[in-house]
Amino acid sequence: MTSLDPRQELAKRLGLEHLPPVHFESAADVRTRLAANDYLSDDSIASVAFLADRLAKPVLVEGPAGTGKTALAKAVADAAGARLVRLQCYEGLDESKALYEWNYRKQLLRIQAGRTEGEAQESWGELEEDIFSGEFLLTRPLLEAISATDPVVLLIDEVDRVELETEALLLEILSEYQVSIPELGTVRAQQIPMVFLTSNNTRELSEALKRRCLYLYIGYPDVERERDIILARVPGIAEALAQQIAQVVRSLRSLDLKKAPSVSETLDWARTLVILGRDEIGAEETVATLHILLKYQSDIERATKEILGRAVNLA
Amino acid sequence: MLNVLADFVGELRAAGLPVSMSEHVDAARAMRVIDLGERRALRDALAATLVKDGDHLPVFYTAFDVFFADRAAPAAPEESRDGETPSGDAGAAGSGQSQGEGGGSSAPLSAEQLADLLYRALRDGDQSSLVRGARAAVSRYAGMEPGRPVGGTYYLYRTLRSLELDRLEARLTGEQADQADELAKRLAHDEARARIENLKRAVERAIREQLVQDRGANALAKSVRKPLPEDLDIMHANREELAQLERALRSLSRKLATRLARRRRRRRRGPVDLRHTVRRSLSTGGVPLDLRFKPPRPAKPEIVVIADVSGSVASFARFTLHLVHAISSQFSKVRSFVFVDGLDEVTDYFEGVDDPAVAVARINAEADVVAFDGHSDYGRALITFQEHFAKDITRRTTVLILGDARNNYHQAHAEVLADLRSRARNVFWLNPEPASYWNSGDSIVDQYERYCDRVVECRTLRQLEAFVGGLP
Repeated sequence: MTSLDPRQELAKRLGLEHLPPVHFESAADVRTRLAANDYLSDDSIASVAFLADRLAKPVLVEGPAGTGKTALAKAVADAAGARLVRLQCYEGLDESKALYEWNYRKQLLRIQAGRTEGEAQESWGELEEDIFSGEFLLTRPLLEAISATDPVVLLIDEVDRVELETEALLLEILSEYQVSIPELGTVRAQQIPMVFLTSNNTRELSEALKRRCLYLYIGYPDVERERDIILARVPGIAEALAQQIAQVVRSLRSLDLKKAPSVSETLDWARTLVILGRDEIGAEETVATLHILLKYQSDIERATKEILGRAVNLA
Repeated sequence: MLNVLADFVGELRAAGLPVSMSEHVDAARAMRVIDLGERRALRDALAATLVKDGDHLPVFYTAFDVFFADRAAPAAPEESRDGETPSGDAGAAGSGQSQGEGGGSSAPLSAEQLADLLYRALRDGDQSSLVRGARAAVSRYAGMEPGRPVGGTYYLYRTLRSLELDRLEARLTGEQADQADELAKRLAHDEARARIENLKRAVERAIREQLVQDRGANALAKSVRKPLPEDLDIMHANREELAQLERALRSLSRKLATRLARRRRRRRRGPVDLRHTVRRSLSTGGVPLDLRFKPPRPAKPEIVVIADVSGSVASFARFTLHLVHAISSQFSKVRSFVFVDGLDEVTDYFEGVDDPAVAVARINAEADVVAFDGHSDYGRALITFQEHFAKDITRRTTVLILGDARNNYHQAHAEVLADLRSRARNVFWLNPEPASYWNSGDSIVDQYERYCDRVVECRTLRQLEAFVGGLP
């Protein structure tokens, strides 16, 4: 079999002189180094991050809001000692905001400067070559990540917000790690960036995009992991309290709520309880602080009724 | 290993997952860089490369358990086989049944010992003894007969019944029952339930392992294959599947609304605004170089839903009403009517309610739809509708009729439908029955079909989504 390692293959295609080193040794290595950056992963997260590095493929991360999709990309960047380049997607995002744009003011200045200097007129060909060079190019996040020489992690956040047509812009980068600029030629990656895309699943992403990515679904963590997350992120919290908080949140999530509490809201709640100086929580405190976890009045009423018994009356 | 992967991919495709060639290649590559001895790592690697939709993961896990049960974890079955040898031998000798029930002398664990082992494993969260206990429980209670082509649900039921989970759960909860606080009680209760669920999964897995050893992965995969939520037959879904459908519907309606809104917005321009164009043309010497357009006026359709909610098609009506109201912002107006042999308007139920599911539940309880015997009577329902509401149907209205058109041999009154069609923009009929059943027995689809723009087979969410997404 003559099949190359995927990284070698990609490096050859990009014309890199030497193979960029891998960021992580193993899935376990990913896990410990993410933990060192206060990001508690689980087996799937660590495995997929490791595979992304080894196979040089982008990762599409999906899951409910507030479960640490964006935080994962940040933590991976920190753990790998790479720079994070972030592209926040929104409706109406276009090429000039995502990829590159010609700095036409500077181009105009250049042309005018050429006139006033009074020398023999430059030929149009020379001028054109001059004003369509790298100097007049404004790099936007995607091009910046590709042309960077230092190690980078590219985060394309909330990719489900862009239109289907704009999504196609990403395809060349995701599969070939290159950007084609008509006036300039093709810009190839100088290293192999790790790429993370996050999506809140508000619309179906195209098959073409999904096919190019590894897929990672981050759901709500189980009780043990959530407790560990609380312990890691909220300084000065007692272990028993963290355990209790994690259990309450699990019970809340099992209810049919409009918006289940996310991990970040859990952390907010834990911080509040620490500030209030609690070592454990009872029914009353929970009701009184429920608005930190739940953001709809109907949800709060429902949770009050369900979990804390009918006796409690919401003031 | 590559052959197993190919079989596995084939099974995923058969279950309806769209696995492309390049994803298959990615999976093979991923397998080269991970430690194949670790089952969990293998599962994550395959999931990341082969599955690209969170809703498809449960189907993937089921298939994975079947295909990689014996191969990837060779150590575990080996160890358990020691424990199972006595009962296994007895089964081969033909007296497995009595052995299982007698609980007799040669079995390694008595019923009490087993219950105690499971209890302690659950209490301490000891996963490995839990797995051991689950295996012992299966060989003891399930009464598995080699060679029977079943999916294991029956064995699962038998095992769980014998384990008396309610008592086990009460015992787990009981430790903290002396807590006075409501919250603590509830938490203890939820914790116990989560652990029992864990036990159920372990038992299910143990049964699968046994079945795979018995019949091989490929044969078993066929009998445990579950359809994707969007391919479930709505009319024949059981309770668990209905819950799945409910979940799938939520994300589906959100996506559908986004898509419809996008489609509407894309038509950015209306017809040419002549006045404005001529005025602009003055600056170019009267040549209309720059065309001006009127702002677009998105024509949102009005929807009238008339749904049969009698027993046979009730769940279909519920899902469709739910879907239509969940995306009601995409229509200028939605009115809903439900009928069995009487007809009632239920539009109000959806007003001021955040979650259409709540309103749908209220309809079931409160709507006044039975006038006589409670058997569907399409003819009567149509006549009632014509009498009271036909005047509200305009050229902008799209009428959706939901039902199987099984009229219990009542009169069809198709002429009413003809009248409705002459007033409305479109009349569509959504039928949750397979098209091959139409017009058999008391189904009178063809009598109504004449007066509909289209009769659409809508057995699954996928078909429902395609229809609503394509509404003119």
